[in-house]
Amino acid sequence: MPDAGETTLLAFDRLSVAIHGTPILQDVSLALPAGRVTGLVGESGSGKSMTALAATGLLPVGAQTHGAIRLDGRDLTTIRERDWLDIRGQDVAMIFQEPMTALNPVHTIGAQVSETLRLRGTSRAEATRIARDRLDRVGLGSIPLDRYPHELSGGQRQRVCIALAIARRPRLLIADEPTTALDVTTQAEILTLLRVLVDDEGMALLLITHDLGVVAGIADWVAVMKDGRIVETDATQSLFRDHRDPYTRDLLAASRPPARAPRKVPPDPVLAARDVVRAYGGHRAVDGVSLTLNRGESLGLVGESGCGKSTLTRALLGLEPVQGGTVELMGRPSGTAMTRADRAKISVVFQDPYGSFNPRWTVRRIVTEPFHLTGRPPDAGARASAALERVGLSAGDLDKYPHEFSGGQRQRIAIARALITEPAVLVLDEAVSALDVRVRAQVLALLDDLQARLGLAYLFISHDLSVVRAIADRVIVMQAGRFVEDGPVADVFAAPESDYTRKLIAAAPAIPDAWVKETS
Amino acid sequence: MTVPRPFDDVPTRRPFPPPGVTASLARMWRALLNRTVSLLAALVVASVVIFGMLQAVPGDPAAFMLGLNAQPDTVAALRAELGLEGSLVARYLAWTGGMLTGDFGTSYTYRVPVAGLIADRIGVSAPLAAYALLLTLVIAVPAGLLAASRRGGVADWGVMGATQLGLAVPNFWFAMLLVLVFAVSLGWASAGGFPGWSDPVAAIGALTLPAIALALPQASILARVLRSALLDTLDADYIRTARAKGLSRRATVLRHALRNAAISVLTILGLQFSFLLAGAIIIENVFFLPGLGRLIFQGITQRDLIVVQSVTMLLVFAVIAVTFAVELAYTLADPRLRRR
Repeated sequence: MPDAGETTLLAFDRLSVAIHGTPILQDVSLALPAGRVTGLVGESGSGKSMTALAATGLLPVGAQTHGAIRLDGRDLTTIRERDWLDIRGQDVAMIFQEPMTALNPVHTIGAQVSETLRLRGTSRAEATRIARDRLDRVGLGSIPLDRYPHELSGGQRQRVCIALAIARRPRLLIADEPTTALDVTTQAEILTLLRVLVDDEGMALLLITHDLGVVAGIADWVAVMKDGRIVETDATQSLFRDHRDPYTRDLLAASRPPARAPRKVPPDPVLAARDVVRAYGGHRAVDGVSLTLNRGESLGLVGESGCGKSTLTRALLGLEPVQGGTVELMGRPSGTAMTRADRAKISVVFQDPYGSFNPRWTVRRIVTEPFHLTGRPPDAGARASAALERVGLSAGDLDKYPHEFSGGQRQRIAIARALITEPAVLVLDEAVSALDVRVRAQVLALLDDLQARLGLAYLFISHDLSVVRAIADRVIVMQAGRFVEDGPVADVFAAPESDYTRKLIAAAPAIPDAWVKETS
Repeated sequence: MTVPRPFDDVPTRRPFPPPGVTASLARMWRALLNRTVSLLAALVVASVVIFGMLQAVPGDPAAFMLGLNAQPDTVAALRAELGLEGSLVARYLAWTGGMLTGDFGTSYTYRVPVAGLIADRIGVSAPLAAYALLLTLVIAVPAGLLAASRRGGVADWGVMGATQLGLAVPNFWFAMLLVLVFAVSLGWASAGGFPGWSDPVAAIGALTLPAIALALPQASILARVLRSALLDTLDADYIRTARAKGLSRRATVLRHALRNAAISVLTILGLQFSFLLAGAIIIENVFFLPGLGRLIFQGITQRDLIVVQSVTMLLVFAVIAVTFAVELAYTLADPRLRRR
């Protein structure tokens, strides 16, 4: 709880929320001090976002609350909707996870920032001036007010969301996973901006995240949430060093997957690309890159969005034509014209465990679908059962539908599907990025185990350096269509050669080693 | 206890005109030019199809006009006079060339220029379509807004029920019902006919019942489309953003949801206007209105093929022009379609 002398701006006082009788939050007590950043950490479904919505009076229809939310001594759970209109934006403002969809596409950014000012009687000239000032404040000084959201990058849009939230100088800003959809470097910039706003303006910030690394770098206080309850609250450093709750310990352990032990993989190339060029018109998205992936080896590919890693992946999978260079899979030329039998030797697992299955198909049909490449073997049923068991599910799951599984289980199904044709190369495109840290640790362990047993080669694409460190033997850093670094993971992380790699590593949110070693 | 908020509002200058505007205009003109070219191409294709189809229609207009006992040489002479002789290509070029100069040919039955016939009829059909469209909007927009903002409530059920009825009732039957109630029983309006525009009040009065009959099913469709478009939009993240920054539910719907929903409604609206212009044949017959629909209907029954051909071409032009206007309206409504 806050030190003496700190002003509590908003306090949750034994707040419980139920939606249609289902408890969502239970006995949540949390004080948000002015001029401080409070981190609220937990896995998906733990009630973090509901806590935020409760503080803005935007709980879904049918929600019943008990307990109190106090702002300046006033209980917000009892006030009317009309009074909320004066509190939202004025006292409590909020920004959300997805900057790409959080802004109205048909209004200019200036109009969206100044809108609430105009609606409350500020003159047009004054509202415009304030909008300009707030956009300058969030580092968008060079962006004219008449720009539309689609003309800005994700990071710029999140800045606009922040400008919009601080338009009326709120005293509390709630940021719900504000950087989850952003690149590491952009994430670092946005977090710095938030910290500066808190320090300069004396705002309170409630930062909701699943990423302990993020709170370690920015928060003064941290609350850990599980199943609608706050299990532990402490000053940030104390929480990392001396946590008491076993759940906090699990979360912390899973947030720092151990780096893979260095090992020597004998050269036995299964995938080899030489001087690959993929150009769209005059723009070279992939500009003459070469890589070799050996049997049983994990190769990490990192870079910011737009650096060309997805384009390169599609080219390696033979889904897109290349304008230069060659790709060889198991010694045979690969490309858009490759045979089905050749295609069966390389599989892919994508990021979104919800969008990558047809919801009306059974798991059996999903998992056995790749057999259209090889012809359906007589023992297809047995192989489907074996594939599910290999990824830690059971044969009994074959007749279920995707919606019956959690995100982590769906990713296991995706892996089972990818492995059914016994490929040599598995491409994992942000395959664990959408998972909670504890589930992520389990899936990483599964991948490790599968590689040891089946001798698979992994191409592991990720923006998350800690994950790459845990799974990869070698790492390639990509920037603007070119490779800027390529080497053993331990070497690259310990002594990066290029400035860009150094920048990426520095920007990645990390829990300081000193905070963790004392407890483990 | 209040915490101070020491933001410094530093005055800033903003550039005028905003950079990029000139380039943006240039791109818009280029897009306009592209659309115009495709519009012209569509017209040429349509004229070929219409011309070709009417060549295939059985029945010789000259023989029809002269009756069963006509002498073959009289028929031949009339055919020549009507411009029915000569090669297909020559006749096509004569027809289209004529239309470009405003000459739509001469009606076989009325023996007057088709252009004059059309001009008279447009004076009824175009105002009727516009009137019906206006009524459609006046009914559909509030109904759609009401239903969407009271989702699942009594108002929503009411609107959904009423629009279901509006869709199910055939408009000519509804037209007859209107005549029975408002013209025959109450005597508030005339049962049919058109007094001409010399008395605008009477003219609008005569168009009111037909416009209502035309608007009812259209408004039912549009209200439902608007409702579902609004409901989709109300789930969007930017609606949550708007609410979180302190906009009331009503302001959120009107300022943020409506314009985004309008983008999908525009498509339907364009189709509806074309339908109202071309599809009023039955309603014009019920109300004895001298409109384009009646003209084309009479043209078909009397083998007045040149009238059919020219009116059809005109309607095609109207449909294409409306589609063109809708596409332009998209660019105005959705800035993502205007590239800088």
